[in-house]
Amino acid sequence: MTTVGEQLELLVATRPSRATLRLPATDLVATASTLLAAGYRLALIAAVETPGPIRIEYLFTDGPPDQRIELEVEVDRGSPRIPSLARVSFPAGRFEREMRDLFGIEPIGHPQPRPLVLHQHWAPGWHPMRSDAGPQPPMLSDAAPYPFVRVEGSGVYEIPVGPVHAGLIEPGHFRFSVVGETIVKMKARLWFVHKGIERLFEGRDATAAVALAEKISGDTAVGHCLAYAQAVEEALAIEVTPRGNELRAVLLELERLYNHVADVGALCNDAGFGLANAHALTLREQLLRLNESVTGHRLLRGGVTLGGASLVSLPQPDQLREVGDHVRRLTDLARSNTIVMDRFTGTATLSAEQAMEIGVLGVVARASGLCFDARSAHPFVDSPVTFRPACRDTGDVLARFLVRCDEVAASLDLLSDYVARTGPLTDVSVDRGLTSAGHGSGIVEGWRGTIVHRVEVGPGGMLERVKVVDPSFLTWPALPVALADTIVPDFPLANKSFNLSYAGNDL
Amino acid sequence: MTGGQVLAPILVAGAQIVIVGVGGLLLLGLMRKLRSRLEGRVGPPIHQPLLNVRKLFRKQRVRPEESSWVFSAAPVVLVATAVVVAAISPLATTRPPLGRSADFFAIVFVLLLGSAALALAALDTGTPFGGMGSSRAMTIGAIAEPALLVAILAMSIPAHTSNLPVLVRLGLTHPQMIASPGRILALGSFAIIILAESGRLPVDNPSTHLELTMIHEAMVLEYAGPDLALVATGEAMRFSLLLGLLVNLLAPWGIADRPGAVALVIGIAMLAVKVALAGVCIAIFEVFTAKLRLFRVPELLAGGFVLAVLGTVTALVVR
Repeated sequence: MTTVGEQLELLVATRPSRATLRLPATDLVATASTLLAAGYRLALIAAVETPGPIRIEYLFTDGPPDQRIELEVEVDRGSPRIPSLARVSFPAGRFEREMRDLFGIEPIGHPQPRPLVLHQHWAPGWHPMRSDAGPQPPMLSDAAPYPFVRVEGSGVYEIPVGPVHAGLIEPGHFRFSVVGETIVKMKARLWFVHKGIERLFEGRDATAAVALAEKISGDTAVGHCLAYAQAVEEALAIEVTPRGNELRAVLLELERLYNHVADVGALCNDAGFGLANAHALTLREQLLRLNESVTGHRLLRGGVTLGGASLVSLPQPDQLREVGDHVRRLTDLARSNTIVMDRFTGTATLSAEQAMEIGVLGVVARASGLCFDARSAHPFVDSPVTFRPACRDTGDVLARFLVRCDEVAASLDLLSDYVARTGPLTDVSVDRGLTSAGHGSGIVEGWRGTIVHRVEVGPGGMLERVKVVDPSFLTWPALPVALADTIVPDFPLANKSFNLSYAGNDL
Repeated sequence: MTGGQVLAPILVAGAQIVIVGVGGLLLLGLMRKLRSRLEGRVGPPIHQPLLNVRKLFRKQRVRPEESSWVFSAAPVVLVATAVVVAAISPLATTRPPLGRSADFFAIVFVLLLGSAALALAALDTGTPFGGMGSSRAMTIGAIAEPALLVAILAMSIPAHTSNLPVLVRLGLTHPQMIASPGRILALGSFAIIILAESGRLPVDNPSTHLELTMIHEAMVLEYAGPDLALVATGEAMRFSLLLGLLVNLLAPWGIADRPGAVALVIGIAMLAVKVALAGVCIAIFEVFTAKLRLFRVPELLAGGFVLAVLGTVTALVVR
């Protein structure tokens, strides 16, 4: 039998598309460091309960070409402890804090061993994802208030905002420490809408749970559903035909379109340019109606199924051309307004080093010069050779705005290419493998960023564990970093340019 | 003194107060409607602000627990100062009651009293948004007010007086005075300051829901019910008052220059038309502009100040 070190050397040298490495906890930090140094990204950490010990899965990815390496560590159920990776990877620290709350697994050597998901009024010692957790104990009424770090000094004052906001947005609490108008520190508190979605998956039939995956985050129905479906298909060895993948890609780009268009308008609106927002909302409504004609649902639900996709119709080329013209007029209108451009330029800058360190994904990463896009790194469909991730390097609100504009144009190009290919509107592979068991992962570039799901399916197609990672979970910590030296009245603009999900983060 | 001599000034004052109050709210409704139509939306009816005020007056009075008399007095002060200025300013007629007291400087400072009361009330609530709004509003006021004073100075020099009815009447008798470069520069400065003081774009966005970006709205977030109705009315009055003064200094024609009911009615109608036109211009401007970065607002106001200074220098040199 070869040692862990030899196996790892082989993995890094051959870079296989799939590999699993079981290792003792003592080797974890060194192994993870080697993989990170070899360019792999830590995409997901999931704790999985087995009848015996608790197994912890570390999914490392890289691409192109698509490569996924899983590290498996087993820990004792009685007093679960793992060596912390927080000092070699910031995202790992976040995953470990999440596991500490939900499973009670203690990361040894974590620099911030504090609760993340569960607020202070949850009963301590109760870990809701554990199978032996039992019914939820009553919430504490006398819990100590959250210890916000107080910024000391003369003239510093605090502005608390939320969790209930004036607009139609989800709950989150922001605590600003401000001198004059300049933000010195901002603390975001999330997880007000923790729903226990991962637990809801457990015990469900893998085919039926597609509907649940669509509802993880309402505006990312296709992204999450597709990542889930891909994970289950890998677990059960279901082969999706190229046509099925084309139809899925159409849905994914349609979702990107309507969301990006709404964001472009909302960014202008936050700068007081309501005219552009009015145009964007008209366009968004057109796109939602297009969505309805394609899937029968305005938010594209019901299109992706296990084994393929099922559409009612495809967008017509002239419809896409019309949308393209409208989008160009909208972006020209916004870009010709000098006040709007002045508001965007240089606001809330996130440098490439910061983005890299934090591990941000999606639009935010690409606006800071990290040109990572799962559509090119982990492709599931033959894209035209011309596809390149939209990328900017200034890292400010303007860059994030322009990346969105560029991606809308790129999505329209991709869509034109997909709809030109002929084939049936429904293509679903028979789920011949549903009786077998296995595990798999799905990686999809949703409109916010890279979505990763990892599932374990038991005998009879029953879900045993589903781990969901929305890009927002990894990108939220970047928002306070980008706010350094930003002024308070520019915060809504900065926040909108990130436009991170609360539902996808809180799960 | 006959009964008519006592009654007439009261009627004139009453008419001016009503036209400023009701007209001010309708003006906001008109601007919102126009802006909506230009953006391709239907928009609320023009009289919606009136309906809102009526609804608010019927609601229960709710005040923050820890607030003091400062909070409850501010809306009254705001409306009272606007009422006084509306009564004595040359809006529909050049012969308002107590017209001799209608000094331009004095009127500006009476209106400022209302702003100061609101800023104090916002601090009184103890909420972070209130303090934030007060601080921003006072910062802008501290730059805008000096510009306004210099602009008034520029208009007063050729007329040898800062009495408003006289300034307006001189425009009727000596139209060349309006076309003087000093007056035009000063009115340009006045227009910029009206936008800043009334919380319009590009300085403040009256239609935003984002508390962190608010200036004026942040100060009045804690008001509800009848108090909010007073605040809304007071603000509408101040806006229409300032616009009324601007249009009468720029184009006084149509204003009643003789006593008598007919002249007064024509004066009111002309005032409504002129102010509505000014409001339409602002609404169109607002559709195509956006909100300046807060730290750029002083640059805009500095521009207003420079215009006012140039106006004064020109008025001194060009006689």
